Amino acid sequence: MDPVRDSARAIARAVNSREASAVEIAEAMIPHVAQVDASLDAYLELTPELMREHARKVDARVAAGETLPLAGVPVAIKDNMCLTGTHTTAGSKILENFVAPYTATAVQRLLDAGALPIGKTNLDEFAMGSSGENSALKKTRNPYDLERVPGGSSAGSAASVGGFEATLSLGSDTGGSIREPAAFCNVVGFKPTYGRVSRYGLIAFASSLDQIGPFARSVEDAALTYDAIGGHDPLDATSVDRPLEPTAGFLREDLRGVRVGIVKEFATAELGAEIDACYRKAYADLEALGAELVDVELPTAKYGLATYYLIAPAECSSNLARFDGVRYGLRVDGADVGEMYERTRAAGFGPEVKRRILIGTYALSSGYYDAYYVKAQKARTRIAEDFARAFERCDVIASPAASSPAFGFNAKSDPVAMYLMDYYTIPVSLAGLPSLSVPCGAVVPEGGTRPMPMGLQLATPLFTERALLGYAHAYERATMHAEKLSPIEVATA
Amino acid sequence: MSAVSADAVAVTPDLRAKYEAVIGIECHVELKTTSKMFCGCPNEFGGEPNTKVCPVCLALPGALPVPNAKAIEHMLRAGLAFEATIPEHSKFDRKNYFYPDMPKNYQITQYDMPLTQGGVVRYWLEDGTRGECRLTRIHLEEDTGKSTHASADGRLAGATSSLVDFNRAGVPLMECVGEPDLRSADEAVGFLETLARTFRELGVSDVKMEEGSLRCDANVSIRLRGAAEYGTKAEIKNMNSFRSVRRAIESEIARQIAVVESGGRVIQETRGWDEAAGVTHSQRSKEEAHDYRYFPDPDLVPIDVTRETVERVRATLVETPYERYARYVDTHGIATKQATQIVDDDVLSAWFDRAVAVSGNAQATLNFVLGDLSRLANENALHVADGKVTPEALAELVALTQANAINSKAAKQVIETLWAGGGSAKAIVERDGLAQVSDRGAIAAIVDEVLAANPKVVADFRGGKTNVMGFLTGAVMKASRGKANPALAQELLKEKLETP
Ligand SMILES: [Zn+2]
Repeated sequence: MDPVRDSARAIARAVNSREASAVEIAEAMIPHVAQVDASLDAYLELTPELMREHARKVDARVAAGETLPLAGVPVAIKDNMCLTGTHTTAGSKILENFVAPYTATAVQRLLDAGALPIGKTNLDEFAMGSSGENSALKKTRNPYDLERVPGGSSAGSAASVGGFEATLSLGSDTGGSIREPAAFCNVVGFKPTYGRVSRYGLIAFASSLDQIGPFARSVEDAALTYDAIGGHDPLDATSVDRPLEPTAGFLREDLRGVRVGIVKEFATAELGAEIDACYRKAYADLEALGAELVDVELPTAKYGLATYYLIAPAECSSNLARFDGVRYGLRVDGADVGEMYERTRAAGFGPEVKRRILIGTYALSSGYYDAYYVKAQKARTRIAEDFARAFERCDVIASPAASSPAFGFNAKSDPVAMYLMDYYTIPVSLAGLPSLSVPCGAVVPEGGTRPMPMGLQLATPLFTERALLGYAHAYERATMHAEKLSPIEVATA
Repeated sequence: MSAVSADAVAVTPDLRAKYEAVIGIECHVELKTTSKMFCGCPNEFGGEPNTKVCPVCLALPGALPVPNAKAIEHMLRAGLAFEATIPEHSKFDRKNYFYPDMPKNYQITQYDMPLTQGGVVRYWLEDGTRGECRLTRIHLEEDTGKSTHASADGRLAGATSSLVDFNRAGVPLMECVGEPDLRSADEAVGFLETLARTFRELGVSDVKMEEGSLRCDANVSIRLRGAAEYGTKAEIKNMNSFRSVRRAIESEIARQIAVVESGGRVIQETRGWDEAAGVTHSQRSKEEAHDYRYFPDPDLVPIDVTRETVERVRATLVETPYERYARYVDTHGIATKQATQIVDDDVLSAWFDRAVAVSGNAQATLNFVLGDLSRLANENALHVADGKVTPEALAELVALTQANAINSKAAKQVIETLWAGGGSAKAIVERDGLAQVSDRGAIAAIVDEVLAANPKVVADFRGGKTNVMGFLTGAVMKASRGKANPALAQELLKEKLETP
C-alpha cells in the first residue's frame, strides 16, 4: 500500500482490513507533505498533531469492528472551512489570526468517515478568484508547472491532490472554484447540486451559489467523498432535506443510451486549434462509449458572467460585513468605532475583495437595486430555464471546464480577463446544477514548454449526482487521461 | 424662519384645541421562546455578559441561521388575534448597516413580505371610551446586543471604550407597525396597553417594558382640526414606560403647536424623549437616513404558510382581552374600571366566568371577587384561583345573599371560612347559624327591647335628630347577633319611632 499514490478506496480498504494502520499512513504522509509543500505551497497550515490524533481514533474504531468509508485517507481542507483549533483564514489578512472554535458540518462528516486531516489549503481571498493569486497569505504553484497558477479559488485543494500531497481534498465552488482548478491540476473536481452539502462552517462568499465539493484523482474517490459529506444538515436552512442517493457503488463503464448535449453557444473553435481539438476528441470519446451527441442551445448563457458578477458581489458585500474588528480577526484602532471599521477593513481586505464589496454595495443601493440585483435574479431564472429546456433533449451537457489551461503568474492583470476563465462554469452554478471537471487531455499552452492538463465539464439536472458521476467514471476509465501526465517531481529527496 | 421663538408660545388648552394630533405607533416586542430566533441559545433576560452566545449569534465566520418555528407560530397567533391577513408566502430579508451591537452588521428582518398584514387593534380607555387602530403589519426580526461604554478605569463616566454583551443578540423580536389612526396620547397608551395585554395572554411575550421586552416609537404630527392632510411627522424614540409614552407624546404635540404658532415649520426628524427634562430632543434628520440595502436573505429559504397551519393556529385562539372587556361591560353591565381590573388577569377572568355561569349575577359575583376574595388572596400572597374557594362555592354564596338568606356581615364571615377551609357556602351558613332572621315578629321583639333600653336616643329622634337611626340599627343587629335582616330592622324601627 502506498499512502502517497494510492486511491482513497484502496487506502480505506487496507485500513479497514487492518493491512495498514491509519497511524502508519499519517507518519508516512507528514514528512512527505512537508517536503513537497516546500515547493507547491498548497497549505496555509499543516496539522500533524491533529492528523495523528485522528489516525489513532480511526485505528481504535477499526479495531472495535467498525468499517469506515474513508478509513485512514489523508485529506486537505480548503481554508474557508472551520475546523476546531485550526487557523481558518479564508486566505485573508483580516482572518489571519482567527482560530475556529467549531467545525464545519462537511469537515466533521469527512472526519467521522475516517479521514485524516493533513492541513488547511490556500485559496483566493474569500474564494474570490480563478488563479489562487488573490490569496493574501501565500502563492500556491501548479504541480504540473511551478511557474503557472493552480487555478482558483480552491488553489491549494486542487494543487495538493494534483501534486500527491493529499489523497482527497474539500473545496468550495461558487462560480467554478472547484472545477477550474481541478482542470488546471489534472484532478477530478466535483460540485454537487446547490443544497446537497451543508454550508454550515463554510465562510460565505455568495450564499446562494457556494457549494462544498471534493477533489480527487479519480471519479470513484470523488463519489466516495460526496457520499460521506452530502445530505441534509439541520444547521443549514438551505441544505435540502431529501435522502442522499449513494453514488460510489453505482458507477458505470459505458454511455450506451446516454444523450450528451453539446452547447451551440460554447463552440470551442475560438479557444484555439489545440484546445478545440482536445474537446472535439473528448466529445468523440463520449460517442465512442455509446453516447449520442445532440446539439443543444443555451441562448442566455452569454449573460451568465454579467449576472454572476451582480449576484455574487451583492451577497458578498453583506456576507463580509461581519469582518469589522469588533469580535475577532484583525482590528486596526481608530478614533471612534467608524474609523476603526474603516481602518480594519482597509488593511484587512485585498483589492479583489474590495472591488466586489463595492460592486455589490452599489448593486443593492436604493435606486439601483431593481436595475441590477432584481434584473440579475430574473436573468438567473432564465438561465436555469434554458438548462431545463436543454435537458429535455439530453441527459448530460459536456463543455470545457475552463477557457484555457493553466496560465503563468501575473498573466491576467485585467480582472475581466480573469473572470472569463469561468465562462463555462458560471451558468451551471447560477442554475444550481451538479457538475464536475474530469481530466480530458493536455495542451502545451502559449509560451509553455510542457503539456498542461485540460478538464471536461459535465453537468446534469438537479439532484442527479449518481448519473453524473456514472457518466464521468465511464469516460475516465475509457480515456485514463489523468494517468498520462505526471506532476513535476518536486523537492525530491 | 420663525417670526417669534417657539419657546415664547404658551400652548393653552384653547390653542391645543385648535389642533388635532395624528399618531402612529411602532413597537418591538421580544417573543417568548425557549431559544433565540436563529440558533439554539437560550432566550432569557440578563445573565453574565456573553454567556448566552454561540457561533451563529456571534456571527462567527461560516455560521448560518436556522429559523425558530415557535417564533413563527407566535407571529401567526399575534396576527390572527388582531384579525390580520396571513399571506401564503413570506420571506426574510437583510437590513444592512454597521453597528457594533449587531454581530453580522446586518439584521435579519422582513422587508416587503411580512408574516402578517393588516389587522386592527380594538382598545378601550380608562373612561370607558373605545377606539380602533389599524395595523399595517407585524413582522419578525432579530434583536441586537447591548453596548455599555466604559473609561480606562472601567467606570462609565468619561467612557473611552465600549463593551458589548451579545446575550440579547438574536432574540426573536416582532415589530408591530400601526396606522396613524390615533389622535391623542391617551389613545396611544390605550392601543399599547391592549397590545401588551393581548400578547401576554396569547403567551407570545412577557411584555416587560422595564426589561426592554416592549420598546416603542411614536410618529407624531399635528394639523388644524378639520384638515384632511397630514402634517410633517417626527419620530419619537426612547420611551421606556406607558407613562413616558403619554408624557412624550403630549410634550411633542405641544412643541409642534408652538413651532407652527410661532411661524415655523415642523421638520421630519427623529427625536429622543428625555425623561428627566420632560422634553424631546432632535437626534437625526431624515437627510442623514441610511440606505439599508434590503435584499432577500440567501441563507434562508422563503416561508410558506399553509392554510392548514393558519387554521390550526386560529383554532387555538380564545377570547381576547378586548372581547372579554366588551362582554363584561356590554353583556354583564360591569363598570369600566372593574371590568379593566379583572380583564388584566386572564386566570382570574376565567375563574370569575365559571362563578358567574353558576350564580347568574355578574356584578354581585365581581364585587366578591374584587373585594373580599382579592383582599384575602393578597393577604396570603396567593392567587384567588389557587385558594380553597371554588367558583361554585362563591356562586352559592352570591345566591344566598341575593335571596336575602344571609346578610352582608354573615357573607363576609362565610367567605373567610371558605378561604380558610373550603367547602360549601350553604353548609357553612347552616353549621354556623348565619341564616338571616327575616321573621317580622322576632325582629319586632328585638326592636322593642332596643327602644326600651335607649329612651334618650328615642327622644332625640323624635326631637328631629334622625341621624341616630344608624346607632339604633346597629343596636338591633348587635342584639340579633348579626343575623337580623338589616332592611327589615330599619323598616320596623322607623315604624315604631314614627308612631309613638
Ligand atoms: Zn446563539
